[in-house]
Amino acid sequence: MIGTTLDIQAIRKDFPILQREVNGKPLVYLDNAATSQTPQQVIDVIVDYYQRYNANIHRGVHTLSQEATDAYEAARQKIQKHFNIAHSREVIFTSGTTHGINLVATGSTSFLKEGDEVLVSAMEHHSNIVPWQMLCERTGATLKVIPMNLEGELVMEEYHNLLSDRTRLVFCNHVSNALGTINPIEEIIEAAHKVGAAVLIDGAQAAAHIKPDLQALDVDFYTVSAHKMCGPTGVGVLYGKEEWLKKLPPYQGGGEMIAEVTFEKTTYADLPHKFEAGTPNISGGIAFGAALDYMNSIGFDAIAQYEDELLNYATEQLLTIDGLKIYGTAAHKTSVISFNIEGIHPYDIGTIVDKLGIAVRTGHHCAQPIMDFYQIPGTVRASFSFYNTKEEVDKLVEGVTRARNMLL
Amino acid sequence: MTIKEIQEEIIDEFSMFDDWMQRYEYMIELGKSLPLIAEQYKTDDNLIKGCQSKVWVHAELDGDKLVFTADSDAIITKGIIAILVRTFSNQKPQDIIDADVEFIDEIGLKEHLSPTRANGLVSMIKQLKLYAVAYQTQLK
Repeated sequence: MIGTTLDIQAIRKDFPILQREVNGKPLVYLDNAATSQTPQQVIDVIVDYYQRYNANIHRGVHTLSQEATDAYEAARQKIQKHFNIAHSREVIFTSGTTHGINLVATGSTSFLKEGDEVLVSAMEHHSNIVPWQMLCERTGATLKVIPMNLEGELVMEEYHNLLSDRTRLVFCNHVSNALGTINPIEEIIEAAHKVGAAVLIDGAQAAAHIKPDLQALDVDFYTVSAHKMCGPTGVGVLYGKEEWLKKLPPYQGGGEMIAEVTFEKTTYADLPHKFEAGTPNISGGIAFGAALDYMNSIGFDAIAQYEDELLNYATEQLLTIDGLKIYGTAAHKTSVISFNIEGIHPYDIGTIVDKLGIAVRTGHHCAQPIMDFYQIPGTVRASFSFYNTKEEVDKLVEGVTRARNMLL
Repeated sequence: MTIKEIQEEIIDEFSMFDDWMQRYEYMIELGKSLPLIAEQYKTDDNLIKGCQSKVWVHAELDGDKLVFTADSDAIITKGIIAILVRTFSNQKPQDIIDADVEFIDEIGLKEHLSPTRANGLVSMIKQLKLYAVAYQTQLK
């Protein structure tokens, strides 16, 4: 029995998509690490925006523009409060985590020179590898990798050995998308700061499960995507310490980000607008605020506790299947299970369980170095959210068992 | 047999099944009858791009006909490529170029025909037809 103070059946009613059928079966949605579903409360906010006050922000004198600007800025403040950020000007709206990472990576070009070192963890998503490789190619800096062990945990001793006065930047995810490992970012940040390096934490996979206190973490940059936390796609936030955001040059030129423009010279707007060129995803930003309201109304402690119970139950049940192996067995994990069955390609399992209405992810999860580490072509990944149930875990186990019987 | 006749034969075989599970089980069976590609041809050059699983295809001429061999590391994908190889192997390149693949729809595998589908059925068809185009030029 899974104990929780949450009324999961009532919560499920908030998500219209959970009522639908796939291939004639009730949908069992277990691909939450790729994107989470959207509650009616958030959908309503998007609809309301387009029905009542759709207008461009920060420039119109008319009422609609003012209302849209107020709602967008109110969302920025909600995000500031949620992540305990000192100033709302440190909250930069982006199109998502990848955008935030690229903004910092591109802007860091002028700070790096040959001989400098950049550290990245072995369990990164391609989005947190490729921009830094490109940065190193541009600047002549060296990219070094913090290794991981078979359990899917970073080898912290090696990390401390890699740090030196040449280290300028450290990049790591808060939670691994492929394995679910929760990384010890407090230790990572503190140690990096001791050698004078700045730290960017990719929080895309963490923010739906953990409510990070960014001031307490003392992190330099932290990026999230709204669509992983009950918000819409195409919007996210980059947090940066003000001192860093002031140092970084603008990422894109255009409207919103300027103070004054002549053909001889342009001066840039103050934070956060310096990094927000062009018309942003206005309804998306507002809806991101609503998504945080929604998740906070349920409560992150209750969410984490319940998801942990789901994770433990699912791990225990899946391991009863003959030949099933779980990748990522860290002591601290979010509700993500990556697995394979001996002798079966993950793609085959994904295809069969889809026919049973179960949505899981298969493949390398945009983290090929991890797959290379384990010498596998990919995994099946089931990722659970607070609206999933014990019964859905049972259906997954049943589906995977059926797939196994068909495929072996 | 012509390509059309083979396709009709496959449609006939699949019409015996009334649910997806039986169809998939049969497809897996068909995968076991696939003429396997020789190990020496299992190279990156012969890999079909656009598939989540690996699919290797090799083609060679036997007289004026093209013979395909293939393999995959995923069993469902192997079934799909087996159906295609059975349809197109031992056929004249021009006939392969001219053939349509609507029979895929009729055997209940339409979902695999979407170009965004990760198993790359569309890429597989394209690759087999590309071989046919290449060998057609050679025959001339």
